[in-house]
Amino acid sequence: MILYFLCFSLFSIGLYALLRKRNIIKMVVGLAIIEYSVNLFLILIGYRHHGRAPILSRDQVIENIVDPIPQAMVLTTIVIGLAVTVIVVALAVRLYEKYGTFDITKIRRLKG
Amino acid sequence: MIWLILFVIVYLAAALLATLGRKVKYAGDIIMLAATAAMALLSLYAWKLSASGAVLEHRIGGWPAPLGISLVVDGLSAFMLVLVNVISFFIALFAISYIKRYTDRWKFKALFLLLLTGLNGVILSGDIFNMYIFLEIASIAGYVLVSFSVEPESLEAAFKYTIMGALASICILLAIALLYSYSSTLLMSDMAAVLAQKPQGAIISFISVLLLAGFGLKSAIVPFHAWLPDAHSSAPSPISAVLSGLVIKTTGLYAMMRIFFNVLGYSAGSTMAQVIMVLGIVSMLAGAFLAIMQFDIKRMFAYSTISQVGYIVLAIGIGTPLALLGCFLYIATHAVGKTLLFLNAGAIEHATGTRNMYKLGGLQDKLPIARFTSLIGALSISGIPPFGGFWAKALIVLAAVQAGYIGYALVAVLVSVVTLGYYLKFQTLTFSPQGQESALVIKELSGRMKSALVSLAVVCALAGVLLLPAYRPFLQEAVNVLLKPAIPAVAWER
Repeated sequence: MILYFLCFSLFSIGLYALLRKRNIIKMVVGLAIIEYSVNLFLILIGYRHHGRAPILSRDQVIENIVDPIPQAMVLTTIVIGLAVTVIVVALAVRLYEKYGTFDITKIRRLKG
Repeated sequence: MIWLILFVIVYLAAALLATLGRKVKYAGDIIMLAATAAMALLSLYAWKLSASGAVLEHRIGGWPAPLGISLVVDGLSAFMLVLVNVISFFIALFAISYIKRYTDRWKFKALFLLLLTGLNGVILSGDIFNMYIFLEIASIAGYVLVSFSVEPESLEAAFKYTIMGALASICILLAIALLYSYSSTLLMSDMAAVLAQKPQGAIISFISVLLLAGFGLKSAIVPFHAWLPDAHSSAPSPISAVLSGLVIKTTGLYAMMRIFFNVLGYSAGSTMAQVIMVLGIVSMLAGAFLAIMQFDIKRMFAYSTISQVGYIVLAIGIGTPLALLGCFLYIATHAVGKTLLFLNAGAIEHATGTRNMYKLGGLQDKLPIARFTSLIGALSISGIPPFGGFWAKALIVLAAVQAGYIGYALVAVLVSVVTLGYYLKFQTLTFSPQGQESALVIKELSGRMKSALVSLAVVCALAGVLLLPAYRPFLQEAVNVLLKPAIPAVAWER
């Protein structure tokens, strides 16, 4: 239970950074933290206490195995998260070139 | 049915081949047109096969049902496939001339085809996690395409869109994780069967709220709409048309309907339905009243999209067969109409170099094709009788009255009057007889642009025939898929 609570607090920290920080690099870091907390949550779903890897081998009885599907899902979401992070960082660099600031409150030419 | 995989493979291959356009002139153009045309024809074939209620399925790698990933085409998927692939052909036709203004055009073509890969994948997936992956492919291509012109405004809009889109994806992923832990399966039909046997506890409500937030952000329902006017007005016009006509409908509304109705067993009249209806009404009102105040053509159309999506969401909330029939007709007419209007905005910008309505004017004789086609699009969307938009609006209003929501029906009628008001403002200011000096026509529209506009206008004007008995199955099969109860039998031993 404590693991789920810690996972949730990681999510909250990321959400706080995303919503409250004015520096766009800090927002990107917040986004990355949220992604990691969701990945961690997926791993926790598949985790079994004292479980072993789900590999079939002779002379071994499979009793308590870790669910492999969330692990496969997490690998995929990590790659997706990487792609999104690359795009956000590239946009942040280009925004700095155009506006000369990382402050989100000063980057506002679009109104209405 | 192994050819179902073509919908994904062909676009992916075309996206890779389009990178050849860097070396070979016209290669990218030909590949883009050929891929979209071939897929439009193939989607019509898929619709013909599934018109009688048959379900086409392909299991990738030959794995049995709950283990492997499956691609499924039923009535609803076939409807969305035809919509996406046919409209994207016309957008590709328009885009070839429009993007001459940019450098590195091969990147645009590759990303556009990647976006279509994602959209087709979302529609085909029978597996909820696979759907999420394709949703991300479409979204990521969309983030980059919004910032394609690298102007300060488009970068700012793309940053907003990316942050909000990523947050939406995380909400959806969290919901998928919870659904998996509750039902121990990822296949949507299997998941529905498992959930039907389990008690509907607080966990289902929590998952519904997460999904509503995620898909609400993707489809820009009002409390989550902040990114849409910026992203749609700053993107290149063909991309505004794709975002407004196809991306919102597929990654937002289609995915939401598919999961709510076919997996979670959503029922009309529940608390969730009340919430969705209120969100729809608020979107309709807020979008319409914000649209009146705009002077940038594309920004006005973007707010109009929020307002029109409100109608679709209201129809989903009502959830009766009549309302869903109206909902699908609305999706079709709005996708065609709004694509046409965004392409017209692109044509006007291409010809005169500005999008500010107060600086335009006097285009009555100079751009006759843009004038007539945008008139047809505007009249269809604001619901004037012979056009498709009228029948869709009428069905939704009738369904609201029939289900006892008289107040909502009145609001829907009122908003359609406001919609007509701001489209008339656009039409009279832009295409007035006497011009201002600034509204000079710099460039003529190319033949490809004109043919795309005229074909879309013809489709838009004739969309009402979808309600005739001969074409009715196109919409009716989609409604039947949503209202079909989950199959209680579970073949898989767990």
